[in-house]
Amino acid sequence: MSSPERQSISSDLATVTAMKSGDQSAMAELYDRYSSVVYAVALRILGDTMAAEDILQEVFLQLWRNPSAFDAARGSLGPWLAVITRNRAIDALRKRKPETDIEEVIVSVAPDLAGQADRSRAAERVRGVLSAMPSPQRSALEMAYFEGLSHSEIATKTGEPLGTIKTRIRAGLMALRKAFQT
Amino acid sequence: MSGHEQYGEDLALYALNALAGDDRTKLEQHLASCSECRLELEQLRGDGALLTLSTLGPKPPARSRQRLLDDVAKESAQVVRQTTMQQTSHPRVAWPRLLGWIAAAAMSVFVVLLWKENTVLRQSLAVVSDQSMQTSKELEELRRVAAPILSPQAQRITLVSMKTAPQPQGKAFYLRNRSNLVFVANNMPSLPPQKAYELWLIPMQGAPMPAGMFKPDARGSATVVNPPIPAGTQAKAFAITIENEAGSSTPTMPIVMMGTGE
Repeated sequence: MSSPERQSISSDLATVTAMKSGDQSAMAELYDRYSSVVYAVALRILGDTMAAEDILQEVFLQLWRNPSAFDAARGSLGPWLAVITRNRAIDALRKRKPETDIEEVIVSVAPDLAGQADRSRAAERVRGVLSAMPSPQRSALEMAYFEGLSHSEIATKTGEPLGTIKTRIRAGLMALRKAFQT
Repeated sequence: MSGHEQYGEDLALYALNALAGDDRTKLEQHLASCSECRLELEQLRGDGALLTLSTLGPKPPARSRQRLLDDVAKESAQVVRQTTMQQTSHPRVAWPRLLGWIAAAAMSVFVVLLWKENTVLRQSLAVVSDQSMQTSKELEELRRVAAPILSPQAQRITLVSMKTAPQPQGKAFYLRNRSNLVFVANNMPSLPPQKAYELWLIPMQGAPMPAGMFKPDARGSATVVNPPIPAGTQAKAFAITIENEAGSSTPTMPIVMMGTGE
């Protein structure tokens, strides 16, 4: 882990710890740091600014009510918030009750998203990987991640065999992993 | 990737919550008993989280911030009101002075008992020290060999490629037939209070075994020496997780470091 990453994780931990004692300015600080991440994910999935704003509100309020749900030993706050947001947005998109308790979300081995510059560089790298992917592979990955479709739903939608969909999605995730291991 | 290859594709789908039906049920049953696949699952969730980076750009409207902070302030005010109501409905009871004296007397008895126990322990320690002196020659030799590794005064130098910053490193020296293990770590990140690293021996078969707790010093260095390990255990790998200071009998995911034999 690099020194800047270690520093930002320590900073997030300190801010979440402050929130546990009811420090409202700590909540404001975390909002300023990560609201753009949360909002962007929600908007991408829901395609509606009001709905995305509601998800933004819900995710941060959940964190305010239960700051202990985030365990710095298990992952970084930025990716954790991104995954929580994705799950909530998919639930809203599919009009179903939340399927995952935020305390069950464990995200490891992802770059930290606290710094704006690091975030922009990482975003550029991800977009590069996605644009280099074969179109069917990218579509399968996006349908699973941003539309919340199951592998059988994707297979039905695309007319492709189940095995092909499984292979494409796994290959897509491996390509992303590889891009951040080099 | 780590984990069982035959579950690779299903794990990827499961990480995105895109696996359904019998496949999902079978995988969940497997995950209940496979720590390697659970680790791979977390890594796949991390890979999936990278997709969120492709969405970055739009900023939330300015009103959202104030809306959130207003709701936070309202909830905090509600909590304060509830706490105040609880305190006024249960007024404090004035304890008689006698109870204070009783508490002080109990404390004195406790201190005396502790002192007595301490004396017994010191006597036992003296006996043990006498016994250990009988093997001093062998011990001295072992210390001479181990000193450069274990001594806090020893310089620890990590050599890396010229373009690479020092990374967390661990070296395990394990003699299976004697159940001897020396573990040395460098450049380990510091931990939050009440947390510690736990070393695990992953046997050829069966669940990971606890192999010692450690906390890095200010320089990120730490050692574990001869933790209790069942004799003759063959190690497939060693791993490190972050646990509460008291340790854990099973690893808490994620595994932060892992290594197999050279």
